[in-house]
Amino acid sequence: MNAEIISSLRREIARLEKAPVASLPPGNLEAPSAPRASARGQAGGAERVALGPVDLDRRLGGGLARGTVHEVRAGRPADGTAAAGFALGAALRLAPRRPLLWVRQDFLDAETGGLYAPGLAEFGCDPARLVLVRVRDGAAALRAGLDGARSPALGAMLLAFWGEPKAFDLSASRRLSLAAEASGVSVLLLRLAAEPAPSAAETRWRVEASPSRALEAGAPGPPAFTVTLERQRGGMNGGPWHMEWNRERDCFEERSVEPALSRPVVPVPLDRPVPRPPAGQAWRRAG
Amino acid sequence: MPLVLYAKERGALRIVAVDAHAAALGLAPGLALADARARFPRLFSAEGDPHADARLLERLALFCDRFSPLVAVDGEAGLLLDVTGCAHLFGGEAALLKDVRRRLQGFGLAVEAALAATPEAAHVLSRFRSGAIAAPGEEGGLVRPLPLAALELSGETALALARAGLKTVGQVADRTPSELVARFGAELTRRLGRVLGEEDIRISPLRPAPEVIAERHLAEPLLETEALVSLLARLAGEIALCLERRGEGGRRFEASFYRTDGLVRRIPLETSRPSRDAAMLIRLYRERLDALSDPLEAGFGFDAVRLSVLRAEKLENVQPSLDGHAVEEADMAALVDRLIARFGAERVLRLAFADTHDPRRVAVALPAVSAAREKPVLWPEPEAGEPPLRPLQLFDPPQAIETLAEVPDGPPLRFRWRKVLHTIARAEGPERIAPEWWREDARALPRDYYRIEDLEGRRFWVFREGLAGEMEGLPRWYLHGLFA
Repeated sequence: MNAEIISSLRREIARLEKAPVASLPPGNLEAPSAPRASARGQAGGAERVALGPVDLDRRLGGGLARGTVHEVRAGRPADGTAAAGFALGAALRLAPRRPLLWVRQDFLDAETGGLYAPGLAEFGCDPARLVLVRVRDGAAALRAGLDGARSPALGAMLLAFWGEPKAFDLSASRRLSLAAEASGVSVLLLRLAAEPAPSAAETRWRVEASPSRALEAGAPGPPAFTVTLERQRGGMNGGPWHMEWNRERDCFEERSVEPALSRPVVPVPLDRPVPRPPAGQAWRRAG
Repeated sequence: MPLVLYAKERGALRIVAVDAHAAALGLAPGLALADARARFPRLFSAEGDPHADARLLERLALFCDRFSPLVAVDGEAGLLLDVTGCAHLFGGEAALLKDVRRRLQGFGLAVEAALAATPEAAHVLSRFRSGAIAAPGEEGGLVRPLPLAALELSGETALALARAGLKTVGQVADRTPSELVARFGAELTRRLGRVLGEEDIRISPLRPAPEVIAERHLAEPLLETEALVSLLARLAGEIALCLERRGEGGRRFEASFYRTDGLVRRIPLETSRPSRDAAMLIRLYRERLDALSDPLEAGFGFDAVRLSVLRAEKLENVQPSLDGHAVEEADMAALVDRLIARFGAERVLRLAFADTHDPRRVAVALPAVSAAREKPVLWPEPEAGEPPLRPLQLFDPPQAIETLAEVPDGPPLRFRWRKVLHTIARAEGPERIAPEWWREDARALPRDYYRIEDLEGRRFWVFREGLAGEMEGLPRWYLHGLFA
């Protein structure tokens, strides 16, 4: 009883204190692309967190709603990791410095590889914040998801499963969304090899990998995605947007797509002078 | 028909065990099987199986757990139960002994049992004075009249004592210890002291003794899981009170359900922090029971239920702090416990940092229960301005790919993975990672890792094992991970 009162008060204080600060990316507030708004959206007064790209956040009515369910779908079969990256980025935006729960179906390990802690750290997510639950099938994933969505301890939860399990119907997604609303946990449903189906999710996104900004010497750049807002409750669809994840600012940034070219087959000759790095820029360290 | 079991001993088949019928005919262990067959052609014989005997004995020991948590296997055909403080639960020592015999005889076993203050006195009495209950200090009186064989001495010593005209335990005990030690060594006097109940030893139980136990023996077996859970709830309440008095909370619990036919079903439960919250414990047990792949089969019902705390840790009553940090931690622990009860401890994990340069070993997934106890190790901060240098998802084991690459050490230009051809647009590398030669095969090859991106924007982490020219044949390429 007492614990309930205290935890509800605590959440209220956290909401008053943290929310406006946390929903803005740290630093660089004057940058033109920096998200500013943390408006109260129309959907049930849920608090909204800007993702980053201005146009996208405007389409969302201020940002992604906290304490709701967002569905992230891999566009093509091989885009599972890109979808995971987008969902993780969104979770980091929605729940800065709060504990995360990642529920994963075992089959995904074979299909897209297991979750790799150094990679999480490099993405900007401290692995110590994360509790990983491995489940056998979609039905078990949903059960674990419901447990997670009901726990006020979590900031956000990623729920990843393969295909279209029978257990995941409209009422299951409705239950999940009610639990998320009650507890304030933001749920990101990460779905691989799934066709769009009716669900109670607040938004549904299609994510595809996108060519990254080339760094010096043609090195691949930070994570880049092409995302499409396929469905939004009480809102318009939109996209596609091209954006990349900025680890230092913990937010997405809009960017233009550069045409990707295949690498030159002929290597740079060794007997020519080494080109100088452009002024004010250092060469990237290799390896 | 008389039944004997035989075993091969120095090339001959010898009887090792006889049933009551065969014993009545004068057959005894040690006799050659051929002699016995000559005397009784209708003898039924079978080869003894000591391993099966040991397994049966162990199962019986686990069954006897219902009488006392301290049960040890004693020799080839005996069980020792430490019933200190247990007898009153069964209505006294005589009733306990009767219950033990009745239940074991119910399995079709011939049972001899006795109760004494020391294990060895009880051992001897059960073999020579079955049914005896030695009151404290009375062991001597009961053991003394027993024949010398009760001491279970080696052949030589027994023969020497018999030749000296000593026929009972009492007669040997009457000699002064110095005489016996001088002639037979200290072993005999020690044995005497234990058999007479003068010296006590501890038994080594099969299962560790729990910290706290609450149990119920039922007159009528229970069949419904719901009834069992409500009984368990009452036991949890008792345990909670007991733990509170001790200022402790349980970390590992075990519920044991004793089925009338001797089967014991034990269901362990581990919590991530010490707890004595009976309601929470029952919630966890409910989920654990729901998640069992083989449900609690009642059969003819369960007639005893026990809840034990296998490990307890200090738990003080604390006031929740106002900043809410403690509350969040408690909420998190409750969530982890619920998930563990449902999916098992090995499926709820935390990722811990292992200090090594080998990318395959740097991250270890620890069960969240044990990880909570360890000191958190900070992950190295990624370098500012760099893209992620390690993939979000890693294949274990790495997947072989067909590659077109520059020799000797260029990145791939094209590679085929899962039947799809990827053309590389961007690449960075190599980052050479040498094998940990102190761990693995010295012939393991160094790996050159590349971060590459194909025309469609998918980023991969691939490596080449070895270098062309430094090895036989061409180096092999593997895909190790996928970047977001």
